[in-house]
Amino acid sequence: MAFISSGYDPAKPMKDRITDIGPRYYEEFYPPIIKKNKGKWLYHEILEPGIIERVAESGDKLYVIRVGGCRLMSISHIREIMEIADKYCDGYVRWTTRNNVEFMVPDSKDKAMALKDDLLSRKQPGGCYKFPIGGTGASISNIVHTQGWIHCHTPATDASGTVKATLDVLFDQWENMKLPAKLRVSMACCLNMCGAVHCSDIAILGYHRKPPMIDAEYIDKMCEIPLAVAACPTGAIKPAKYELPDGTKVNSVSVNEPRCMFCGNCYTMCPSMPLADTEGDGIVLMAGGKISNRIDAPKFSKVVVAFIPNEQPRWPTMTTTIKRMVDTYSADANKYERLGQWAERIGWEKFFEKCELEFTHHLIDDFRDPAYYTWRQTSNFKFT
Amino acid sequence: MVEFKHKTPMIDELETGPWTSFVTDIKREHESRMENPKGIDFQTPQKCCDDLLGVLELSYKHGRTHWKHGGIVGVFGYGGGVIGRYCDQPEMFPAVAHFHTLRINQPMGHFYDTKFLESLMELWERRGSGLTNMHGSTGDIIFIGCTTVQLEEIFYEMTHNLNQDLGGSGSNLRTPSDCMGESMCEFACYDTQEICYQLTMEYQDELHRPAFPYKFKFKFDGCPNCCVASIARSDISFIGTWRDDIRIDQEAVKAYVGGEIKPNAGAHASRDWGAFDIQKEVIGLCPTQCMSWDGNKLEINTPECTRCMHCINVMPRALRHGLDTGASLLFGAKAPILDGAQMATLGVPFIKIESPYDEIKEKVIEPIWDWWMEEGKNRERLGELIKRQGMQKLLEVTGFKAIPQMIQEPRSNPYVFWREDEVPGGFKRDINEFRKYHQR
Repeated sequence: MAFISSGYDPAKPMKDRITDIGPRYYEEFYPPIIKKNKGKWLYHEILEPGIIERVAESGDKLYVIRVGGCRLMSISHIREIMEIADKYCDGYVRWTTRNNVEFMVPDSKDKAMALKDDLLSRKQPGGCYKFPIGGTGASISNIVHTQGWIHCHTPATDASGTVKATLDVLFDQWENMKLPAKLRVSMACCLNMCGAVHCSDIAILGYHRKPPMIDAEYIDKMCEIPLAVAACPTGAIKPAKYELPDGTKVNSVSVNEPRCMFCGNCYTMCPSMPLADTEGDGIVLMAGGKISNRIDAPKFSKVVVAFIPNEQPRWPTMTTTIKRMVDTYSADANKYERLGQWAERIGWEKFFEKCELEFTHHLIDDFRDPAYYTWRQTSNFKFT
Repeated sequence: MVEFKHKTPMIDELETGPWTSFVTDIKREHESRMENPKGIDFQTPQKCCDDLLGVLELSYKHGRTHWKHGGIVGVFGYGGGVIGRYCDQPEMFPAVAHFHTLRINQPMGHFYDTKFLESLMELWERRGSGLTNMHGSTGDIIFIGCTTVQLEEIFYEMTHNLNQDLGGSGSNLRTPSDCMGESMCEFACYDTQEICYQLTMEYQDELHRPAFPYKFKFKFDGCPNCCVASIARSDISFIGTWRDDIRIDQEAVKAYVGGEIKPNAGAHASRDWGAFDIQKEVIGLCPTQCMSWDGNKLEINTPECTRCMHCINVMPRALRHGLDTGASLLFGAKAPILDGAQMATLGVPFIKIESPYDEIKEKVIEPIWDWWMEEGKNRERLGELIKRQGMQKLLEVTGFKAIPQMIQEPRSNPYVFWREDEVPGGFKRDINEFRKYHQR
């Protein structure tokens, strides 16, 4: 491996520098049928799970095949997508906001069906689909997620692994449209929620339960202590003197442990405050959120299971619990009713009963002002 | 047969089952790099994918991550777009000892042609790990894993040869993102791609050079179905809407009632829900009860409609949004850190979305940024500032008149902070004049 220069000269970083040019203009990448019919689409119809027919005012038809993608994607896999796009889609392809890939076939339904067969015939050596088709209509679409153990410093669980395990268990709901409404599952590997999972029908959240340890001998050498103090969103960290076993006095910090909410922001600023822990870390499950304004307002997801231990590689307790929630919802909810709308209609006490979930004190909100508004201020409730 | 240095029995269990295996995919990339049929002189260690699998296996064994946060790495003159990442076991996994991330500003709508994709892949194969996220949560193309020295090289090649820039990270404008909008969707009420692109270009400085108290996000949803989740996760959420009548094709309504067209665009087709019942499924579920059906004609009482999309979603071939379209702007959404999650709050019920977007820039975005940069505390999102200083302050800054559409309900306490200029005569009074009539 010999270093090959791009032309960049580290001694003169401003030489020929190009900045602030932004992304490429999107219109370059529109297939001609989209350029022609943009803003003039008449309707769409899901012909079968994962295959959408889009009809324009001009009469043009576009067949879109939606396939699941791992958000973590190799360039070899992307090149295979490109090869397929070249063969069937005139060299165009797009991704959705949920990490799905959409192949767009203009005009020919036959060609789209040939593409479907081709996609389903492509498998990985272990038998997994390379391009699972589905995720449309009243189904479970791809699980959006964060980095997890593959590339992040504060995760409390893995992201790609929990998602793979969950989608394997829910696969029937991905490739069919049997649910009362769409059901969106999202995953974030710590409470900072890069993935903003807080408005999902079901959210999988990694959570730490132990405050950071303090590497007192090194902290003053490795970190700016004021930055570590300032990083704490709850003000739990204070500067402190610490005496090492050999009698040396060092500058360090102390953590007011009951105030710690386990976010890892201190560790972001200061590597001498690690908080990951095998027993402490695991999964929180949330349910009943949505982002659509359909019928009623968007909703936050609510914590319905306070903690499930990490059971890598396949997290069976977590996936079994999620499957039970999905199946119960599917059997009990009305057509068009999202999971949260169903839970509100039957009452959360019934939700816990029907889903066979244990209710514990952890599930009662005690975090600042909004907590009060989640308690019950009426004598109306259901016995379970 | 390509060799793997690390035994990975735990993550190997993720190579079966129907869903695509990311483990198999990373192994595939390792094989591709080792076979290297094109004879590429890899600028990030050739065996990085193998070592990455080793790190992941170790995390599966320990139940803990093995990544450190990266300190300060980046490209000259930019404060964002690069996330530093170092492995905490560099001796065991030397090929990923430094393994930084780049955020690449995605093309709007995530549309690509294979020529452009190949230029990205070629660059990232040669200079990086060959692993990506398509896409990150905010919307960027994510290049996962390269050495520090490659950052400037990649940036140089990308800007010079690909005409392509980095995205945002840190306390700046994050890469704006959009739904597919008018490109393919009949529900879109404005051109999400165009405004997303134009505002991205207008605010390149804010995107690349962190000068804000914290992150700031724009997201563009073409309709109230909110496929890009703007209402839950953006500081300014643009949600397409309309002011006039929903367009009704009465013949198509009859076709739905007659069972000739599948309801909800066929979304429930894998289960037998019985015959379509317009009364129960549309009229009865309308949240404002503004619709009626007499067996022959569907009527919608437009002034009562809140444009929730339910009827349009159920009968897309019969109902279309109105023609007087624009967007509702909502402010201050964020994930739970710190004071709990916030959904975005309606601050501009309706505004036209028309290029060059002067009203949006001058009456909304820029005054809000001025206020937030002046008053916002370090790491305070816009939504938290609105909570701290009050929604009245947001309206004062933007100049939009308070109207009942902005609230769920009026306040239930009378503790109004009257301003002096709102009370006749002001607050300055003469105590001696008062005492003439009121004894001490």
